[in-house]
Amino acid sequence: MTKDILYNYTMHLADNALILAQRNSEWCGHGPVLEQDIAITNISLDLIGQARSLYQYAAELINAPSPSIGGGRGEATEDSLAYLRDVRQYKNCLLVEQPNGDWAQTILRQFFFSTYQYLLYQQLQKSTDDTLAAIAEKSLKEVTYHVRWSSEWVVRLGDGTPESHGRLENALEELWMYTGELFAPATYEAEAVTAGFGVEVSALKAAWEQKVNEIFGEATLPDAAAGGREGIYMQTGGKEGVHSEQLGYILAELQYMQRAYPGAEW
Amino acid sequence: MADVNTVTNISVQKIWSILGEVCDPEVPVLSVIDLGIIREVKVTTANEAALVEVVITPTYSGCPAMDVIRMNIRMELLQHDYKNVQITTVLSPAWTTDWMTEAGKEKLKAYGIAPPNIKQQVCNTHLFAEDEAVQCPHCNSYNTRRISEFGSTACKSLHQCNDCQEPFDYFKCH
Repeated sequence: MTKDILYNYTMHLADNALILAQRNSEWCGHGPVLEQDIAITNISLDLIGQARSLYQYAAELINAPSPSIGGGRGEATEDSLAYLRDVRQYKNCLLVEQPNGDWAQTILRQFFFSTYQYLLYQQLQKSTDDTLAAIAEKSLKEVTYHVRWSSEWVVRLGDGTPESHGRLENALEELWMYTGELFAPATYEAEAVTAGFGVEVSALKAAWEQKVNEIFGEATLPDAAAGGREGIYMQTGGKEGVHSEQLGYILAELQYMQRAYPGAEW
Repeated sequence: MADVNTVTNISVQKIWSILGEVCDPEVPVLSVIDLGIIREVKVTTANEAALVEVVITPTYSGCPAMDVIRMNIRMELLQHDYKNVQITTVLSPAWTTDWMTEAGKEKLKAYGIAPPNIKQQVCNTHLFAEDEAVQCPHCNSYNTRRISEFGSTACKSLHQCNDCQEPFDYFKCH
């Protein structure tokens, strides 16, 4: 039973990293300037690396004998988990699958998520599961740079020109409704807390809001939860496999090769 | 028993010296030992054949060089007739640039890449990294500025010297 929870929890962490990496990589060759094109794709690379470690661990779990999750599925690998699951089996939050939009929307999505991931991995380092703790410890150093880079861009855009400020405000309108899900535990997250290896995400919310508002202050934006956004309806479901229409398109592109030419290698 | 230990110790030292020949494919002046990613070398003998286990740790989770490094270690050991090689990856304790050797840092600088500052100096979420003084590897000036947080690889950022005007990579503190 605990192993099912650990598997679901690990897959959730992995899917978050993979889907945001895939989104960011759409910028490859299209960044606003060369340095930032390189920056956003380097962040993708970090996230893919984190996803790989997590999928490898999940594959180990699934391959170990267990009646409830292991039976008859053959040898799972990091690749089969990334390339051969369908939309409803993905457990990423809705935020990471949202479209890139303009640069401001990509930046704000990254800032919201990296700030969350930073706080999450800080706690996950203390997980009773040694592998998750090690992956969190390793990843935290990378995420630190992501937080710094995306924060600086939020400030640049917000405190920049009326055009950039306006675009960041639009991005905020687009993305705010997907931030609530980060702190609303899915069933397996709550079970993972009870089992001792998971992080209580609801407890991260205050620190997240504080960091967001600190950066928004620098960026001459109003508090995140102000300006008509108080009590706005928060979209949820992604972590339980109920996604926005966006994820299907992402997977179509991500999985095309393995679906069209099963087992292809190069 | 004592004899076996001695033989094993000599083999371990030999493996370490062979690993000193394996270079990072992206920063070819650095060996994997300079980089500080070799955690442990174990040699066990079974049926007269040596089993070599090399324990490595990745620099960055997504570093594409890691797969190449694993392969290069295997190839180098094969060339020295070690056929039975196992390469194990560990994540914890996480690699930091403090694991890089002093010799490695000097090689980096000579190669034109500014070596990482000590870890305590940066690696936080503070904005715009105002406190970080990165020394120009060409003219040694500290009057430099960061152009981009991310450079040609995940482990480097891009800087420019305000004195000699040369752009350069900085192996960022991690």
